[in-house]
Amino acid sequence: MTSLPSLPTLRIARPSVATLRVATAGSVDDGKSTLIGRLLHDTKTVFEDQLAAVEKASRRYGDGERNLALLTDGLRAEREQGITIDVAHRYFATPRRSFIVADTPGHSQYTRNMVTGASTADVAIVLVDARHGVLEQTRRHAFIASLLGVKAIALAVNKMDLVDWDEGEFDSVAKDLAAYVEALPTPVPVFAFPISALHGDNVVAVSQHSPWYEGPALLDWMETFDASGPAESAARLDVQRVIRPQGSDFRGFAGRLVGGRLAVGDSITVMPSGQRSVVTGIQRFGRELASATAGQAITVSLADNIDAARGDVLVAADSPATESVSGHVCWMIDQPLREGSRYWFKHGTRVGRAVVSAVEYRHDLHTLEPVAADQIALNDLAMVRLSLSEPIVATSYEVSREGGRLILVDEATNTTAGAVMITEAA
Amino acid sequence: MRVARVNATASPHLESLADEAVTIIREVATECENPVLLFSGGKDSAVLLHLAVLAFAPARLPFPVMHVDTGHNFVEVIDYRDEFVRKVGARLIVASVQASIDAGRVVEDTGPRASRNRLQSVTLLDAIAEHGFDAVFGGGRRDEDKARAKERILSFRDRQGRWDPRNQRPEPWDVLNARIRKGEQLRAFPLSNWTELDVWQFIDAEQIPLPSIYYSHRREVIARDGMLLAVGGPVVLEPGEQSSVETVRYRTVGDASCTGAVRSAAATVDEVIAEVAAARITERGATRADDTFSESAMEDRKREGYF
Ligand SMILES: Nc1nc2c(ncn2[C@@H]2O[C@H](COP(=O)(O)OP(=O)(O)OP(=O)(O)O)[C@@H](O)[C@H]2O)c(=O)[nH]1
Repeated sequence: MTSLPSLPTLRIARPSVATLRVATAGSVDDGKSTLIGRLLHDTKTVFEDQLAAVEKASRRYGDGERNLALLTDGLRAEREQGITIDVAHRYFATPRRSFIVADTPGHSQYTRNMVTGASTADVAIVLVDARHGVLEQTRRHAFIASLLGVKAIALAVNKMDLVDWDEGEFDSVAKDLAAYVEALPTPVPVFAFPISALHGDNVVAVSQHSPWYEGPALLDWMETFDASGPAESAARLDVQRVIRPQGSDFRGFAGRLVGGRLAVGDSITVMPSGQRSVVTGIQRFGRELASATAGQAITVSLADNIDAARGDVLVAADSPATESVSGHVCWMIDQPLREGSRYWFKHGTRVGRAVVSAVEYRHDLHTLEPVAADQIALNDLAMVRLSLSEPIVATSYEVSREGGRLILVDEATNTTAGAVMITEAA
Repeated sequence: MRVARVNATASPHLESLADEAVTIIREVATECENPVLLFSGGKDSAVLLHLAVLAFAPARLPFPVMHVDTGHNFVEVIDYRDEFVRKVGARLIVASVQASIDAGRVVEDTGPRASRNRLQSVTLLDAIAEHGFDAVFGGGRRDEDKARAKERILSFRDRQGRWDPRNQRPEPWDVLNARIRKGEQLRAFPLSNWTELDVWQFIDAEQIPLPSIYYSHRREVIARDGMLLAVGGPVVLEPGEQSSVETVRYRTVGDASCTGAVRSAAATVDEVIAEVAAARITERGATRADDTFSESAMEDRKREGYF
């Protein structure tokens, strides 16, 4: 058995930099799971019994060479087939930062699971096999990640050991993907790293094999990348539930605060009714607060006996409600989406019916041109227009993640069918 | 009851995990008609119940809690369970594996190494059907096990209570889709993104009481299959086996027949945190015989309806 790493004593210290959420992406077999295994292993996050189990499984499923991909490919079917089927979430921390990692599948059949993993990510690590370059699925994943609003793409040009650490190969892949991402409807910065996930080069430490590469190791970049968002949007609270203890006058509106800040004394408007009121109290975890900030799960009390219910939205700045939106959709079920198709939708805490009023176009992954289409198939990315049975307070996804997204749910099976990033409300 | 509150000194990381958990609990409790929270008396379910109480304060917890009792639990844990539930004013349902055995729903393994752990799934599914629960909150964490790492926050179960890990619903963002048909159910995991260390640091920040067996004590144990099992109850010495009295604590709390103790002198929350931070073995690897039976033990149990 290989010698075991010693664990750092600093795992307990909580770095002050915000946790970074990372998702892997890229075509099948380009090395996503191996890279995450390598990161976990080299940051000494792997426990002895996990490593022993991986070594045992490596003998069972492979040639006996320790396969770090088995740290995240945890389902029996994944191990038998040697591919990732669904997202695995892993957690690790260095003295500088905590990370939540979603290792996603590359296989096109499981694109929906990649969408799941990437939807909450701050950055995507897109892997490309240096021998094969940018493939169809690389493009699809980069496109999806950019639509979902990752702040950056780390391009890991992997398996550099198999192309003799050739600088030209690296450059050509890096230029290829950077040009592609730049031409997307929602471009994001791309940072390129020449790596070998298998051997660990340029993953946690800079490698001697690439003297021509002057940048940092991937982990170094992950520890220091600033993922803080754009200037804060206006405060909003999508009401999850009205809290009314029996035998008391207390009436509170529970929800997670989005956008800016909300303080006792602030004026708010309840949408869609348009009633105005003033915040008289805020509680979080059962404790009174003078003010709350974005992300906090709070309960708000209002002056005047305001009539608000689940699905309503408390807004600090005037925001109109709308029953019609346009947006990019990632389509995730076999049944195609067509003009006139009906679904359930959920936006914030509002649930209702949605009808596809128009399929504007499909995105062509190669030319990036809009292509006329009357139906949208599994894994397609498209621009659609929806007509809703209930008014929602929507913004564009660019302005607010929470106000600018909705899901479509299949009426027959109740499965989540589409993820929509709103571009235009009303 | 003492109104629990999140200590002002909790770290931003812990606070945001708690915000996420409270949001999930509120959402599922409001979208579903008849939810229930699984409460085993273990540390994860203590944190979960604590957060659930906070989520609806100052109103009462709007759903009952349920314990699947194997009949082989540690007495300290049962006493603690009753006390904690009484303190937060929740309604407790006990689903009994013994009753499932008596009713012929399951057949108990025999022999000195028999465990009732796997039988729990049937008792759980029967209780869900009997009470008509449509959503079940559990304290499962993705960092516990490689199959758990694949779980959604809101995880779908078919009419037989089965999990199909090859065909899970997509779950973009935190927009939770709680739509199901009658007879189907959801499992909700508000602590999905917590690690063992997060749980302990939160217990510290919130001063959440735990069963005494989580802290160092002297106990008669027998070393078996790499586990230190408590002698007594379901664990009977086999011929030739020699027990010893050791200073131990429990890292997880489950059925006494398959939950191992670890040698430890950690007697306070602070000492446990230091120990967990330096641990080199995962909590389940160190303490659960059931998970070391086979490579996909947890996945197999989850497919059958286990939490
Ligand atoms: N030589 C070499 N092989 C590598 C490298 N990285 C990964 N591999 C191998 O490539 C194969 C696929 O790696 P995985 O990590 O399973 O690929 P993946 O991208 O996670 O695959 P999916 O998740 O199924 O899409 C395995 O056999 C790895 O050992 C590398 O840097 N160099």
